[in-house]
Amino acid sequence: MSTLTVQKIGPGASVQDLGRRGWLSQGLSRGGAADRLALLEGAALLEQSPDLAALELSAMGGSFTVDAPTRIALTGAPMRASLDGEPLRWSASHLVKPGQTLALGPATSGVWSYLSVGGGIDTAPILGSRAAHLALGLGPKLETGTELPMGKDKGGPVEQILEVSDRFKGGDIRILPSTHTALFAREDLERFTETTFTRDQRGNRQGVRLNHDGAPFATRDQLGLVSEVIVPGDIQMTGEGTPYILLPECQTTGGYPRIGSVLPVDLPKAAQAAPGAKLRFAFVDRDAALAAHQSEDAQLTALKKAVRPLVRDPAKMRDLLSYQLISGVTAGRPETGDTQ
Amino acid sequence: MSLPDTLFDRPDPPRLTPLGLDGMLITFSDRMDDAANRAALAFRDRIDAEGWPGLRETATSLCSAYVSFDPATLPPADLQARLREILADRDWLAADLPANRTLWTVPASFEGDHAPQLADAAELAGLSVEAAVREICARPLRALALGYAPGQAYLGQMDDHWDLARQKDLTPTVKEGAVVTAVRQLIIFATSGPTGWRQVGMTRFKAFRPDDPDRPIAFAPGDEVQLRAVSADELERLAQEPLAGATHEAIR
Repeated sequence: MSTLTVQKIGPGASVQDLGRRGWLSQGLSRGGAADRLALLEGAALLEQSPDLAALELSAMGGSFTVDAPTRIALTGAPMRASLDGEPLRWSASHLVKPGQTLALGPATSGVWSYLSVGGGIDTAPILGSRAAHLALGLGPKLETGTELPMGKDKGGPVEQILEVSDRFKGGDIRILPSTHTALFAREDLERFTETTFTRDQRGNRQGVRLNHDGAPFATRDQLGLVSEVIVPGDIQMTGEGTPYILLPECQTTGGYPRIGSVLPVDLPKAAQAAPGAKLRFAFVDRDAALAAHQSEDAQLTALKKAVRPLVRDPAKMRDLLSYQLISGVTAGRPETGDTQ
Repeated sequence: MSLPDTLFDRPDPPRLTPLGLDGMLITFSDRMDDAANRAALAFRDRIDAEGWPGLRETATSLCSAYVSFDPATLPPADLQARLREILADRDWLAADLPANRTLWTVPASFEGDHAPQLADAAELAGLSVEAAVREICARPLRALALGYAPGQAYLGQMDDHWDLARQKDLTPTVKEGAVVTAVRQLIIFATSGPTGWRQVGMTRFKAFRPDDPDRPIAFAPGDEVQLRAVSADELERLAQEPLAGATHEAIR
């Protein structure tokens, strides 16, 4: 079994997959990647199952080495990325060899970045998933020297790219009603959809806080609400009337009013809004939401079709002759003297 | 922009409320109510038995059942129609509790540091300390819902005189296993954390055991939990035993 070794890592990084279902009624939220689309992108780039686990990195990133040639994919919030100092393209797959150092970070936009590896991170599943649940202390603690086992890679291409739309700077988010939408006064609901919110510094895998100018948002009788099931994407008001977008590690039930719920296809964009990014919310009707909806299977199928080989512009190559233009595995890698 | 009137629809229970694109709540009461809790448990059991393609997960909270579904396979309008049909099938507020529940007996100490607010809670309930402990342990209480932490069950309902308001000031932290009470309910804390409820006892029970492959989360909604009073010394002795001395059996 091959190993990915953490040389350096920033706070907030964790092993993530698509999370665990079936425990909601017993108080355990689904968890899993904050940007699920990024995991699907990684799976498409590496031509492997979306159920394999990857590393979720927050803004600071980290650096990594491997003990065997390893296919990797870099997806989610774009980071500065390099292999032994040579810049690597984001939203792309690459080959990392033993002795090389993969350096990721900081992020140039967005919040959550993903390092997927061929064969997936193969830590022991807990309750059916490898996803760390940071609030509960589930999953390995990542620090310098942590060795993460990798599953057997069935093999596939590297130097593949995906063009992805920029979901890393906030923007317009489509919502549907949630548990308590009908309890808000019409003028408050209208004001909510007319307000530009700013993503606060405060945020984690449980949820992110949004700031706005103007009055708080509250419902009538909100102290007497009976607890109801909560799901990621719900927009919940605190007792003070400040909205939070709830993310994968949110509570499973609660009695604070929820004004709306983000469409699943817009949740990656909502989660990837970095502190300071602007967000606006618009209610859409259910038919429009259904038309916009894509199941994760359908998203993965579309992503697989969109994967393209990385074509380098010879004019931008610093030393064309040093590239090995024929080899399969090292295509595009300069064969410099210090490379093994 | 003007918002559609449908956003403000909120008929009286029983009520279907879409929760985003892929969730549906079936609410039986807007106030905590034992019959509504039983209805939610029974309704969820029925949905599980239906096993429709596109159903992803079901759950219950205090007075609602919840269905998570894949809208590409099970269109929301179809799901609503099916749920309405089942709602109309019978009087769910009079439904029997589902089978496949578990009765737990959990040892608890009500002595000294284990019960810092027992005297306070007993007085508010109009009882002596002895009578309070007797009532707390008198009968199984139902896991009305779980939340706050995996395995943390809200057990109820206790008799009316246990309708204690939460404390104004939070207790900064109670330990895992603490027994706390308010609003006619008991909780065995599944983690350590702050609470506005009064701590009246202590167990060594771990409700969340991620390393246990068979039953990583002890309680499920609808389970019955009865506390058994033991001395502080006995509690520490039982702490070494499997399940910290708790026992469980299937409810038939």
